[in-house]
Amino acid sequence: MWSRMLFCRRGFGIPRKGYLQSARVGFAGRQDRHSSQSSEDSIRKTPLFDFHRDHGGKMVQFAGWSMPVQYKDSHIDSHMHTRQHCSLFDVSHMLQSKVYGRDRVKFMESMVVGDVAELKDNQGMLTLFTNHKGGINDDLIVTKTDQGYLYVVSNAGCADKDSANMKAKLSEFKSAGHDVELEFLDECLIAVQGPATTKVLQPGLKDDLSKLTFMTSTLTTVFGIQGCRVTRCGYTGEDGVEISVPQSGVVALMQHLLANSEVKLAGLGARDSLRLEAGLCLYGNDIDETTSPVEATLVWTIGKRRRKAMDFPGAEIIVPQIKAKTARKRVGLVSTGPPVRQHTPILSTEGHVIGEVTSGCPSPCLKQNIAMGYVDSAYAKNGSPIQVEVRKKAIKAVVTKMPFVPTNYYSGQ
Amino acid sequence: MATCVMLRCLSSNFSCSLSLLSRSAQIPPTRLVPRAYLLQTLSTTTRLSSALKFTDKHEWIRVEGNVGTVGISKFAQEALGDVVYCGLPEVGLQLEQADEFGALESVKAASELYSPLTGEVIEVNQLLADNPGLVNKSCYEDGWLMKMTVAKPEELDALMDEKAYERYIRSMED
Repeated sequence: MWSRMLFCRRGFGIPRKGYLQSARVGFAGRQDRHSSQSSEDSIRKTPLFDFHRDHGGKMVQFAGWSMPVQYKDSHIDSHMHTRQHCSLFDVSHMLQSKVYGRDRVKFMESMVVGDVAELKDNQGMLTLFTNHKGGINDDLIVTKTDQGYLYVVSNAGCADKDSANMKAKLSEFKSAGHDVELEFLDECLIAVQGPATTKVLQPGLKDDLSKLTFMTSTLTTVFGIQGCRVTRCGYTGEDGVEISVPQSGVVALMQHLLANSEVKLAGLGARDSLRLEAGLCLYGNDIDETTSPVEATLVWTIGKRRRKAMDFPGAEIIVPQIKAKTARKRVGLVSTGPPVRQHTPILSTEGHVIGEVTSGCPSPCLKQNIAMGYVDSAYAKNGSPIQVEVRKKAIKAVVTKMPFVPTNYYSGQ
Repeated sequence: MATCVMLRCLSSNFSCSLSLLSRSAQIPPTRLVPRAYLLQTLSTTTRLSSALKFTDKHEWIRVEGNVGTVGISKFAQEALGDVVYCGLPEVGLQLEQADEFGALESVKAASELYSPLTGEVIEVNQLLADNPGLVNKSCYEDGWLMKMTVAKPEELDALMDEKAYERYIRSMED
Protein backbone atom coordinates (compact mmCIF):
# COMPACT_ATOMS: atom_id res chain seq x y z
CA MET A 1 0.00 0.00 0.00
CA TRP A 2 1.22 3.45 -0.72
CA SER A 3 -0.25 6.86 -0.66
CA ARG A 4 -0.19 9.72 -3.04
CA MET A 5 -0.36 13.20 -1.64
CA LEU A 6 -3.33 14.35 -3.59
CA PHE A 7 -4.35 17.30 -1.58
CA CYS A 8 -2.98 20.67 -2.34
CA ARG A 9 -3.61 24.12 -1.18
CA ARG A 10 -3.51 27.67 -2.24
CA GLY A 11 0.09 28.50 -2.64
CA PHE A 12 1.61 25.07 -2.66
CA GLY A 13 -0.20 23.29 -5.46
CA ILE A 14 2.30 23.37 -8.23
CA PRO A 15 2.42 19.87 -9.59
CA ARG A 16 5.17 20.53 -12.08
CA LYS A 17 8.52 19.51 -10.75
CA GLY A 18 10.46 22.29 -12.33
CA TYR A 19 8.32 24.84 -10.69
CA LEU A 20 8.74 23.45 -7.21
CA GLN A 21 12.45 23.56 -7.70
CA SER A 22 12.40 27.14 -8.79
CA ALA A 23 10.24 28.02 -5.82
CA ARG A 24 13.08 27.07 -3.56
CA VAL A 25 15.70 29.25 -5.16
CA GLY A 26 14.68 32.41 -3.39
CA PHE A 27 15.90 35.86 -4.21
CA ALA A 28 17.62 38.73 -2.53
CA GLY A 29 14.53 40.57 -1.37
CA ARG A 30 13.07 37.62 0.46
CA GLN A 31 16.00 35.61 1.73
CA ASP A 32 15.32 36.81 5.23
CA ARG A 33 11.60 36.34 5.15
CA HIS A 34 10.75 34.46 8.32
CA SER A 35 13.22 32.30 10.15
CA SER A 36 14.30 30.25 7.15
CA GLN A 37 17.56 28.34 7.22
CA SER A 38 20.32 29.35 4.92
CA SER A 39 21.43 26.07 3.35
CA GLU A 40 20.43 25.68 -0.26
CA ASP A 41 17.83 22.94 -0.04
CA SER A 42 16.56 23.86 3.40
CA ILE A 43 12.88 24.04 4.11
CA ARG A 44 11.56 27.42 5.15
CA LYS A 45 9.78 27.67 8.45
CA THR A 46 7.25 30.24 9.54
CA PRO A 47 7.72 31.81 12.99
CA LEU A 48 4.96 29.45 14.16
CA PHE A 49 6.91 26.27 13.34
CA ASP A 50 7.63 25.39 16.98
CA PHE A 51 4.10 26.38 17.93
CA HIS A 52 2.71 23.92 15.37
CA ARG A 53 4.94 21.11 16.60
CA ASP A 54 4.01 21.84 20.20
CA HIS A 55 0.34 21.60 19.26
CA GLY A 56 0.66 18.26 17.49
CA GLY A 57 0.94 19.62 13.95
CA LYS A 58 1.87 17.06 11.30
CA MET A 59 4.37 19.01 9.30
CA VAL A 60 4.73 18.53 5.56
CA GLN A 61 6.59 20.38 2.88
CA PHE A 62 4.81 22.71 0.47
CA ALA A 63 6.32 25.20 -1.91
CA GLY A 64 9.54 24.97 0.06
CA TRP A 65 7.84 25.59 3.43
CA SER A 66 7.26 23.25 6.33
CA MET A 67 3.57 23.63 7.12
CA PRO A 68 1.04 21.73 9.26
CA VAL A 69 -1.23 19.53 7.16
CA GLN A 70 -3.33 18.69 10.21
CA TYR A 71 -3.13 18.66 13.99
CA LYS A 72 -4.44 16.14 16.49
CA ASP A 73 -7.99 16.09 15.15
CA SER A 74 -8.80 14.12 12.03
CA HIS A 75 -9.05 15.92 8.71
CA ILE A 76 -12.84 15.51 8.65
CA ASP A 77 -13.30 16.71 12.25
CA SER A 78 -11.16 19.73 11.53
CA HIS A 79 -13.08 20.49 8.33
CA MET A 80 -16.44 20.28 10.11
CA HIS A 81 -15.19 22.34 13.05
CA THR A 82 -14.38 25.16 10.62
CA ARG A 83 -17.88 25.01 9.12
CA GLN A 84 -19.56 24.97 12.53
CA HIS A 85 -17.24 26.95 14.81
CA CYS A 86 -13.89 28.57 14.09
CA SER A 87 -10.44 27.44 12.94
CA LEU A 88 -7.03 29.08 12.86
CA PHE A 89 -4.72 28.55 9.91
CA ASP A 90 -1.13 29.67 9.61
CA VAL A 91 -0.79 30.98 6.06
CA SER A 92 2.41 32.93 6.68
CA HIS A 93 4.00 31.17 3.71
CA MET A 94 1.98 33.38 1.39
CA LEU A 95 3.71 36.38 -0.16
CA GLN A 96 2.63 39.72 1.32
CA SER A 97 3.74 42.96 -0.23
CA LYS A 98 3.04 46.67 -0.13
CA VAL A 99 3.07 49.00 -3.11
CA TYR A 100 3.69 52.68 -2.35
CA GLY A 101 3.93 55.79 -4.46
CA ARG A 102 1.72 58.09 -6.51
CA ASP A 103 1.60 55.64 -9.41
CA ARG A 104 0.91 52.53 -7.35
CA VAL A 105 -2.51 51.85 -8.88
CA LYS A 106 -1.21 52.22 -12.40
CA PHE A 107 1.71 49.96 -11.50
CA MET A 108 -0.54 47.23 -10.14
CA GLU A 109 -3.00 47.51 -13.00
CA SER A 110 -0.18 47.01 -15.48
CA MET A 111 0.06 43.40 -14.20
CA VAL A 112 -3.49 42.42 -13.16
CA VAL A 113 -6.97 42.30 -14.72
CA GLY A 114 -8.88 44.04 -11.92
CA ASP A 115 -10.04 47.64 -11.72
CA VAL A 116 -7.85 48.64 -8.79
CA ALA A 117 -8.60 52.34 -9.28
CA GLU A 118 -12.27 51.67 -8.63
CA LEU A 119 -11.68 50.18 -5.18
CA LYS A 120 -12.83 52.23 -2.24
CA ASP A 121 -10.45 52.96 0.61
CA ASN A 122 -9.73 49.76 2.56
CA GLN A 123 -11.55 47.60 0.04
CA GLY A 124 -9.89 44.59 -1.54
CA MET A 125 -10.48 42.38 -4.57
CA LEU A 126 -9.51 39.01 -5.91
CA THR A 127 -7.61 39.55 -9.12
CA LEU A 128 -5.24 37.74 -11.49
CA PHE A 129 -1.73 38.29 -12.72
CA THR A 130 -1.97 37.40 -16.41
CA ASN A 131 0.68 36.72 -19.04
CA HIS A 132 0.99 37.75 -22.67
CA LYS A 133 -0.41 34.42 -23.85
CA GLY A 134 -3.63 35.07 -21.98
CA GLY A 135 -2.83 32.62 -19.18
CA ILE A 136 -2.95 33.17 -15.42
CA ASN A 137 0.37 33.70 -13.64
CA ASP A 138 -1.21 33.75 -10.18
CA ASP A 139 -4.31 34.79 -8.31
CA LEU A 140 -3.96 37.40 -5.60
CA ILE A 141 -5.82 39.82 -3.38
CA VAL A 142 -5.16 43.55 -3.74
CA THR A 143 -6.41 45.89 -1.03
CA LYS A 144 -6.37 49.65 -1.46
CA THR A 145 -5.56 50.82 2.05
CA ASP A 146 -6.12 54.33 3.37
CA GLN A 147 -2.51 54.31 4.59
CA GLY A 148 -1.00 55.28 1.25
CA TYR A 149 -0.21 51.81 -0.07
CA LEU A 150 -1.75 48.79 -1.76
CA TYR A 151 -1.57 45.61 0.30
CA VAL A 152 -1.05 42.56 -1.89
CA VAL A 153 -1.25 38.87 -0.93
CA SER A 154 -0.27 36.22 -3.47
CA ASN A 155 0.51 32.52 -3.40
CA ALA A 156 3.57 31.01 -1.74
CA GLY A 157 4.04 28.62 -4.66
CA CYS A 158 4.28 31.59 -6.99
CA ALA A 159 6.27 33.85 -4.65
CA ASP A 160 9.50 33.82 -6.63
CA LYS A 161 7.76 34.26 -9.95
CA ASP A 162 5.45 37.01 -8.66
CA SER A 163 8.17 38.98 -6.95
CA ALA A 164 10.43 38.71 -10.00
CA ASN A 165 7.58 39.97 -12.18
CA MET A 166 6.81 42.82 -9.83
CA LYS A 167 10.46 43.82 -9.57
CA ALA A 168 10.92 43.80 -13.34
CA LYS A 169 7.84 45.96 -13.70
CA LEU A 170 9.11 48.23 -10.94
CA SER A 171 12.36 48.92 -12.82
CA GLU A 172 10.36 49.59 -15.95
CA PHE A 173 8.12 52.06 -14.11
CA LYS A 174 11.00 53.77 -12.39
CA SER A 175 12.96 54.25 -15.60
CA ALA A 176 9.85 55.79 -17.11
CA GLY A 177 9.90 58.30 -14.26
CA HIS A 178 6.93 56.90 -12.34
CA ASP A 179 6.67 57.08 -8.58
CA VAL A 180 6.38 53.52 -7.19
CA GLU A 181 8.02 51.58 -4.38
CA LEU A 182 7.67 47.90 -3.57
CA GLU A 183 8.16 46.26 -0.20
CA PHE A 184 7.96 42.56 0.69
CA LEU A 185 6.70 41.97 4.21
CA ASP A 186 7.98 39.55 6.80
CA GLU A 187 4.75 39.72 8.80
CA CYS A 188 2.93 36.50 9.60
CA LEU A 189 -0.50 35.83 8.14
CA ILE A 190 -3.15 34.04 10.18
CA ALA A 191 -6.57 33.04 8.85
CA VAL A 192 -9.45 32.94 11.33
CA GLN A 193 -12.30 31.13 9.60
CA GLY A 194 -15.76 29.99 10.57
CA PRO A 195 -19.15 31.27 11.72
CA ALA A 196 -17.86 32.03 15.24
CA THR A 197 -15.22 34.45 13.94
CA THR A 198 -16.95 37.60 15.18
CA LYS A 199 -17.66 36.13 18.59
CA VAL A 200 -14.01 35.09 18.89
CA LEU A 201 -12.35 38.20 17.53
CA GLN A 202 -14.58 41.07 18.66
CA PRO A 203 -13.41 40.98 22.32
CA GLY A 204 -9.89 41.69 21.10
CA LEU A 205 -10.80 44.59 18.82
CA LYS A 206 -11.82 48.21 19.30
CA ASP A 207 -13.21 48.31 15.77
CA ASP A 208 -16.78 47.16 15.25
CA LEU A 209 -16.55 43.93 13.27
CA SER A 210 -20.13 44.33 12.06
CA LYS A 211 -18.82 47.24 9.95
CA LEU A 212 -15.95 45.24 8.49
CA THR A 213 -17.72 43.58 5.58
CA PHE A 214 -16.40 40.93 3.20
CA MET A 215 -13.29 42.13 1.35
CA THR A 216 -12.65 45.16 3.51
CA SER A 217 -9.63 45.74 5.69
CA THR A 218 -8.45 47.72 8.69
CA LEU A 219 -5.12 48.40 10.38
CA THR A 220 -5.66 47.94 14.08
CA THR A 221 -4.66 46.42 17.42
CA VAL A 222 -5.81 42.85 18.07
CA PHE A 223 -5.72 41.53 21.64
CA GLY A 224 -3.20 44.24 22.46
CA ILE A 225 -0.93 43.44 19.54
CA GLN A 226 -0.32 46.55 17.52
CA GLY A 227 0.12 46.83 13.77
CA CYS A 228 -2.27 44.08 12.73
CA ARG A 229 -4.00 44.32 9.37
CA VAL A 230 -7.36 42.56 9.61
CA THR A 231 -9.03 41.79 6.28
CA ARG A 232 -12.43 40.11 6.05
CA CYS A 233 -11.64 37.35 3.58
CA GLY A 234 -10.52 33.76 3.48
CA TYR A 235 -10.27 30.55 1.56
CA THR A 236 -12.93 28.36 3.14
CA GLY A 237 -16.25 29.86 2.03
CA GLU A 238 -16.99 30.80 5.64
CA ASP A 239 -17.08 34.18 7.30
CA GLY A 240 -13.63 35.01 8.59
CA VAL A 241 -10.61 37.25 8.48
CA GLU A 242 -6.96 37.09 7.62
CA ILE A 243 -4.70 38.91 10.07
CA SER A 244 -1.30 40.15 8.99
CA VAL A 245 0.58 40.35 12.28
CA PRO A 246 4.17 41.30 13.17
CA GLN A 247 6.31 38.23 13.90
CA SER A 248 6.92 39.40 17.45
CA GLY A 249 3.22 39.18 18.26
CA VAL A 250 2.11 36.12 16.36
CA VAL A 251 2.40 33.51 19.12
CA ALA A 252 0.59 35.77 21.59
CA LEU A 253 -2.16 36.34 19.03
CA MET A 254 -2.57 32.60 18.44
CA GLN A 255 -2.75 32.00 22.19
CA HIS A 256 -5.37 34.70 22.68
CA LEU A 257 -7.51 33.25 19.92
CA LEU A 258 -7.07 29.64 21.04
CA ALA A 259 -8.12 30.59 24.57
CA ASN A 260 -11.66 30.67 23.21
CA SER A 261 -13.17 27.18 23.28
CA GLU A 262 -14.75 27.76 19.86
CA VAL A 263 -11.32 27.87 18.26
CA LYS A 264 -9.11 25.02 17.05
CA LEU A 265 -6.04 24.86 14.88
CA ALA A 266 -6.51 23.58 11.33
CA GLY A 267 -4.01 22.63 8.67
CA LEU A 268 -3.60 22.62 4.94
CA GLY A 269 -5.60 19.39 4.55
CA ALA A 270 -8.81 20.95 5.85
CA ARG A 271 -8.03 24.17 4.01
CA ASP A 272 -8.00 22.29 0.72
CA SER A 273 -11.28 20.40 1.22
CA LEU A 274 -12.94 23.59 2.52
CA ARG A 275 -11.89 25.67 -0.46
CA LEU A 276 -13.01 22.98 -2.88
CA GLU A 277 -16.48 22.83 -1.30
CA ALA A 278 -16.55 26.62 -1.66
CA GLY A 279 -15.69 26.30 -5.36
CA LEU A 280 -12.46 28.29 -4.99
CA CYS A 281 -9.57 27.68 -7.36
CA LEU A 282 -6.21 26.38 -6.27
CA TYR A 283 -3.44 27.92 -8.32
CA GLY A 284 -1.36 25.21 -9.95
CA ASN A 285 -4.30 22.78 -10.01
CA ASP A 286 -7.36 24.60 -11.28
CA ILE A 287 -5.71 27.60 -12.89
CA ASP A 288 -2.21 28.04 -14.26
CA GLU A 289 -0.20 29.75 -16.97
CA THR A 290 -2.06 27.82 -19.68
CA THR A 291 -5.63 28.56 -18.52
CA SER A 292 -7.25 31.85 -19.41
CA PRO A 293 -9.55 33.73 -17.02
CA VAL A 294 -12.42 33.07 -19.42
CA GLU A 295 -11.84 29.31 -19.53
CA ALA A 296 -11.55 29.36 -15.74
CA THR A 297 -14.92 31.21 -15.46
CA LEU A 298 -13.17 34.05 -13.68
CA VAL A 299 -14.38 36.73 -16.10
CA TRP A 300 -15.97 38.53 -13.13
CA THR A 301 -12.48 39.45 -11.94
CA ILE A 302 -11.84 41.47 -15.11
CA GLY A 303 -12.85 45.08 -14.54
CA LYS A 304 -15.27 46.63 -17.08
CA ARG A 305 -12.98 49.58 -17.66
CA ARG A 306 -10.07 47.18 -18.13
CA ARG A 307 -11.99 45.19 -20.78
CA LYS A 308 -12.61 48.36 -22.76
CA ALA A 309 -9.10 49.68 -22.33
CA MET A 310 -7.59 46.23 -23.00
CA ASP A 311 -4.56 47.33 -21.02
CA PHE A 312 -3.62 44.25 -19.01
CA PRO A 313 -1.22 41.49 -20.09
CA GLY A 314 -2.88 39.11 -22.56
CA ALA A 315 -5.93 41.38 -23.02
CA GLU A 316 -5.86 40.97 -26.82
CA ILE A 317 -6.39 37.22 -26.29
CA ILE A 318 -8.57 37.26 -23.19
CA VAL A 319 -11.07 40.03 -24.03
CA PRO A 320 -12.26 38.53 -27.36
CA GLN A 321 -12.80 35.18 -25.56
CA ILE A 322 -15.48 36.78 -23.40
CA LYS A 323 -17.79 37.12 -26.40
CA ALA A 324 -16.55 34.30 -28.60
CA LYS A 325 -16.56 31.68 -25.79
CA THR A 326 -13.77 29.18 -25.33
CA ALA A 327 -13.37 25.55 -26.35
CA ARG A 328 -13.19 24.43 -22.73
CA LYS A 329 -14.55 25.68 -19.46
CA ARG A 330 -13.99 25.07 -15.76
CA VAL A 331 -16.97 23.34 -14.15
CA GLY A 332 -17.94 21.62 -10.92
CA LEU A 333 -18.69 17.88 -10.81
CA VAL A 334 -20.53 15.73 -8.30
CA SER A 335 -20.48 11.94 -8.17
CA THR A 336 -20.91 9.02 -5.80
CA GLY A 337 -18.72 5.95 -5.41
CA PRO A 338 -14.95 6.12 -5.67
CA PRO A 339 -13.54 9.60 -5.05
CA VAL A 340 -12.47 11.64 -8.04
CA ARG A 341 -8.98 13.15 -7.93
CA GLN A 342 -6.79 15.47 -9.96
CA HIS A 343 -6.03 14.16 -13.48
CA THR A 344 -9.10 11.89 -13.57
CA PRO A 345 -10.34 11.83 -17.19
CA ILE A 346 -13.83 13.26 -17.75
CA LEU A 347 -15.91 11.36 -20.34
CA SER A 348 -19.13 12.04 -22.21
CA THR A 349 -22.00 9.60 -21.61
CA GLU A 350 -20.82 7.92 -24.83
CA GLY A 351 -17.38 7.42 -23.32
CA HIS A 352 -15.36 10.02 -25.24
CA VAL A 353 -12.78 12.00 -23.31
CA ILE A 354 -14.11 15.55 -22.91
CA GLY A 355 -11.83 16.90 -20.20
CA GLU A 356 -9.87 16.34 -17.02
CA VAL A 357 -10.36 16.88 -13.31
CA THR A 358 -8.07 19.49 -11.73
CA SER A 359 -9.08 19.06 -8.05
CA GLY A 360 -11.30 16.55 -6.33
CA CYS A 361 -12.05 14.99 -2.96
CA PRO A 362 -14.86 13.38 -1.01
CA SER A 363 -16.82 16.29 0.47
CA PRO A 364 -17.00 16.00 4.26
CA CYS A 365 -20.16 18.16 4.30
CA LEU A 366 -22.04 16.62 1.38
CA LYS A 367 -20.88 13.00 1.72
CA GLN A 368 -20.52 12.93 -2.05
CA ASN A 369 -17.50 13.32 -4.27
CA ILE A 370 -16.89 16.82 -5.50
CA ALA A 371 -14.44 17.95 -8.12
CA MET A 372 -13.64 20.71 -10.52
CA GLY A 373 -12.12 20.35 -13.91
CA TYR A 374 -12.18 21.53 -17.51
CA VAL A 375 -14.63 20.13 -20.07
CA ASP A 376 -15.47 20.86 -23.70
CA SER A 377 -17.84 23.82 -23.52
CA ALA A 378 -20.65 21.77 -25.07
CA TYR A 379 -20.83 19.82 -21.79
CA ALA A 380 -20.38 22.76 -19.43
CA LYS A 381 -24.04 23.41 -18.67
CA ASN A 382 -25.10 22.70 -15.10
CA GLY A 383 -26.98 19.43 -14.90
CA SER A 384 -25.18 17.87 -17.87
CA PRO A 385 -24.70 14.13 -17.29
CA ILE A 386 -21.11 13.07 -17.84
CA GLN A 387 -18.79 10.33 -16.60
CA VAL A 388 -15.46 10.21 -14.80
CA GLU A 389 -12.97 7.42 -15.31
CA VAL A 390 -11.74 6.19 -11.93
CA ARG A 391 -9.36 3.21 -11.98
CA LYS A 392 -10.45 2.27 -15.49
CA LYS A 393 -14.15 2.30 -14.60
CA ALA A 394 -16.57 4.90 -15.94
CA ILE A 395 -18.60 6.40 -13.10
CA LYS A 396 -21.65 8.64 -13.58
CA ALA A 397 -21.25 12.28 -12.59
CA VAL A 398 -23.17 15.52 -13.08
CA VAL A 399 -21.91 19.00 -13.96
CA THR A 400 -22.86 21.04 -10.90
CA LYS A 401 -22.97 24.71 -10.04
CA MET A 402 -20.34 25.92 -7.60
CA PRO A 403 -19.98 26.57 -4.71
CA PHE A 404 -20.92 23.02 -3.77
CA VAL A 405 -21.58 24.15 -0.19
CA PRO A 406 -23.22 27.60 0.17
CA THR A 407 -20.75 30.30 1.15
CA ASN A 408 -21.25 32.32 4.29
CA TYR A 409 -19.44 35.60 3.63
CA TYR A 410 -20.36 38.58 5.79
CA SER A 411 -21.82 41.31 3.63
CA GLY A 412 -23.21 43.49 6.40
CA GLN A 413 -26.23 43.46 8.69
CA MET B 1 -13.63 -3.31 21.32
CA ALA B 2 -11.42 -2.24 24.19
CA THR B 3 -8.42 -2.62 21.96
CA CYS B 4 -9.97 -0.32 19.40
CA VAL B 5 -10.38 2.36 21.98
CA MET B 6 -6.77 2.02 22.91
CA LEU B 7 -5.67 2.35 19.33
CA ARG B 8 -7.74 5.45 18.84
CA CYS B 9 -6.20 7.05 21.88
CA LEU B 10 -2.71 6.38 20.68
CA SER B 11 -3.49 7.74 17.29
CA SER B 12 -3.77 11.24 18.61
CA ASN B 13 -0.03 11.53 18.84
CA PHE B 14 0.96 11.03 15.25
CA SER B 15 3.01 13.21 13.03
CA CYS B 16 3.42 13.35 9.28
CA SER B 17 3.09 9.69 8.63
CA LEU B 18 1.06 9.97 5.45
CA SER B 19 4.02 10.51 3.25
CA LEU B 20 5.73 7.52 4.77
CA LEU B 21 3.62 5.58 2.39
CA SER B 22 4.51 7.68 -0.55
CA ARG B 23 7.01 6.30 -2.98
CA SER B 24 7.31 9.69 -4.55
CA ALA B 25 7.69 11.57 -1.31
CA GLN B 26 9.65 14.78 -1.70
CA ILE B 27 10.98 14.66 1.83
CA PRO B 28 12.37 11.99 4.12
CA PRO B 29 9.15 11.89 6.08
CA THR B 30 10.14 9.51 8.82
CA ARG B 31 12.33 12.16 10.33
CA LEU B 32 9.16 13.92 11.30
CA VAL B 33 7.73 10.95 13.21
CA PRO B 34 8.59 11.11 16.88
CA ARG B 35 10.49 8.02 17.93
CA ALA B 36 8.46 7.61 21.08
CA TYR B 37 5.34 7.41 18.98
CA LEU B 38 6.73 4.61 16.85
CA LEU B 39 7.74 2.56 19.85
CA GLN B 40 4.37 3.04 21.44
CA THR B 41 2.60 2.04 18.25
CA LEU B 42 4.68 -1.03 17.70
CA SER B 43 4.43 -2.38 21.19
CA THR B 44 0.66 -2.19 20.83
CA THR B 45 0.84 -3.88 17.46
CA THR B 46 2.77 -6.78 18.91
CA ARG B 47 0.15 -7.63 21.48
CA LEU B 48 -2.64 -7.53 18.97
CA SER B 49 -1.40 -9.40 16.00
CA SER B 50 0.63 -12.44 16.88
CA ALA B 51 0.13 -14.36 13.62
CA LEU B 52 0.47 -11.53 11.14
CA LYS B 53 2.89 -11.14 8.29
CA PHE B 54 3.53 -7.71 6.75
CA THR B 55 4.49 -6.38 3.35
CA ASP B 56 6.76 -3.40 2.86
CA LYS B 57 3.67 -1.58 1.54
CA HIS B 58 2.03 -1.95 4.97
CA GLU B 59 -0.53 -4.67 4.20
CA TRP B 60 -0.85 -7.53 6.66
CA ILE B 61 -1.98 -11.10 6.05
CA ARG B 62 -3.06 -13.72 8.57
CA VAL B 63 -3.05 -17.24 7.14
CA GLU B 64 -5.32 -19.87 8.64
CA GLY B 65 -5.42 -23.16 6.75
CA ASN B 66 -5.35 -22.28 3.06
CA VAL B 67 -7.01 -18.88 3.51
CA GLY B 68 -5.29 -15.58 4.08
CA THR B 69 -7.10 -12.56 5.54
CA VAL B 70 -5.66 -9.25 4.36
CA GLY B 71 -5.78 -5.76 5.85
CA ILE B 72 -3.59 -2.72 6.37
CA SER B 73 -1.43 -2.00 9.39
CA LYS B 74 -2.27 0.43 12.15
CA PHE B 75 0.65 2.49 10.99
CA ALA B 76 -0.87 2.72 7.50
CA GLN B 77 -4.40 3.54 8.61
CA GLU B 78 -3.14 6.35 10.80
CA ALA B 79 -1.10 7.72 7.95
CA LEU B 80 -4.09 7.66 5.64
CA GLY B 81 -6.53 9.28 8.08
CA ASP B 82 -10.31 8.77 8.03
CA VAL B 83 -11.06 6.20 5.35
CA VAL B 84 -14.18 7.29 3.47
CA TYR B 85 -14.18 4.79 0.61
CA CYS B 86 -12.86 1.28 0.16
CA GLY B 87 -12.30 0.16 -3.41
CA LEU B 88 -12.22 -3.65 -3.08
CA PRO B 89 -11.81 -6.37 -5.72
CA GLU B 90 -14.43 -8.71 -7.15
CA VAL B 91 -14.57 -12.18 -5.70
CA GLY B 92 -12.83 -14.54 -8.11
CA LEU B 93 -10.08 -12.14 -9.09
CA GLN B 94 -6.76 -13.94 -9.56
CA LEU B 95 -3.86 -12.05 -8.03
CA GLU B 96 -0.12 -12.45 -8.32
CA GLN B 97 1.95 -11.37 -5.36
CA ALA B 98 2.24 -7.53 -5.34
CA ASP B 99 -0.64 -7.08 -7.81
CA GLU B 100 -2.82 -4.06 -7.13
CA PHE B 101 -6.17 -5.24 -5.79
CA GLY B 102 -7.92 -2.03 -4.76
CA ALA B 103 -7.56 1.28 -3.03
CA LEU B 104 -8.47 3.03 0.18
CA GLU B 105 -9.45 6.66 0.05
CA SER B 106 -9.44 9.39 2.67
CA VAL B 107 -10.47 12.98 2.07
CA LYS B 108 -6.94 13.96 1.20
CA ALA B 109 -5.39 10.88 -0.39
CA ALA B 110 -5.85 7.65 -2.29
CA SER B 111 -3.76 4.63 -1.35
CA GLU B 112 -3.43 1.64 -3.63
CA LEU B 113 -3.52 -1.82 -2.12
CA TYR B 114 -1.14 -4.60 -3.16
CA SER B 115 -1.65 -8.30 -2.67
CA PRO B 116 0.71 -9.86 -0.13
CA LEU B 117 0.52 -13.26 -1.88
CA THR B 118 -0.51 -15.07 -5.04
CA GLY B 119 -4.04 -16.43 -4.92
CA GLU B 120 -7.72 -15.88 -5.64
CA VAL B 121 -10.01 -13.41 -3.90
CA ILE B 122 -12.69 -15.47 -2.16
CA GLU B 123 -14.40 -12.85 -0.01
CA VAL B 124 -14.37 -9.10 0.57
CA ASN B 125 -15.45 -7.36 3.75
CA GLN B 126 -19.01 -6.25 2.96
CA LEU B 127 -19.21 -4.15 6.13
CA LEU B 128 -16.78 -1.65 4.63
CA ALA B 129 -19.25 -0.53 1.96
CA ASP B 130 -21.37 1.24 4.56
CA ASN B 131 -18.72 1.67 7.21
CA PRO B 132 -15.30 2.32 5.66
CA GLY B 133 -14.16 3.83 8.97
CA LEU B 134 -13.79 0.27 10.33
CA VAL B 135 -10.38 0.30 8.67
CA ASN B 136 -9.38 3.04 11.12
CA LYS B 137 -11.27 1.72 14.12
CA SER B 138 -10.23 -1.90 13.89
CA CYS B 139 -7.58 -2.43 11.28
CA TYR B 140 -6.52 -5.90 12.50
CA GLU B 141 -10.00 -7.28 13.18
CA ASP B 142 -13.30 -5.87 11.87
CA GLY B 143 -11.56 -3.66 9.33
CA TRP B 144 -10.05 -6.52 7.30
CA LEU B 145 -10.27 -6.00 3.54
CA MET B 146 -10.39 -9.35 1.74
CA LYS B 147 -9.75 -13.07 2.04
CA MET B 148 -7.72 -14.97 -0.51
CA THR B 149 -6.49 -18.45 -1.23
CA VAL B 150 -2.81 -19.12 -0.70
CA ALA B 151 -1.49 -20.55 -3.97
CA LYS B 152 2.20 -20.30 -3.12
CA PRO B 153 2.71 -20.73 0.64
CA GLU B 154 6.45 -20.25 0.22
CA GLU B 155 5.82 -16.59 -0.58
CA LEU B 156 4.93 -16.09 3.07
CA ASP B 157 8.58 -16.61 4.01
CA ALA B 158 9.60 -13.43 2.25
CA LEU B 159 7.09 -11.33 4.21
CA MET B 160 8.03 -9.65 7.46
CA ASP B 161 6.93 -10.96 10.81
CA GLU B 162 5.96 -8.39 13.38
CA LYS B 163 9.43 -7.86 14.73
CA ALA B 164 10.85 -7.40 11.27
CA TYR B 165 8.03 -4.98 10.45
CA GLU B 166 8.82 -3.01 13.60
CA ARG B 167 12.44 -2.81 12.54
CA TYR B 168 11.34 -1.85 9.04
CA ILE B 169 9.32 1.11 10.30
CA ARG B 170 12.16 2.13 12.57
CA SER B 171 14.67 1.88 9.76
CA MET B 172 12.65 4.35 7.75
CA GLU B 173 13.16 6.74 10.58
CA ASP B 174 16.95 6.64 10.24
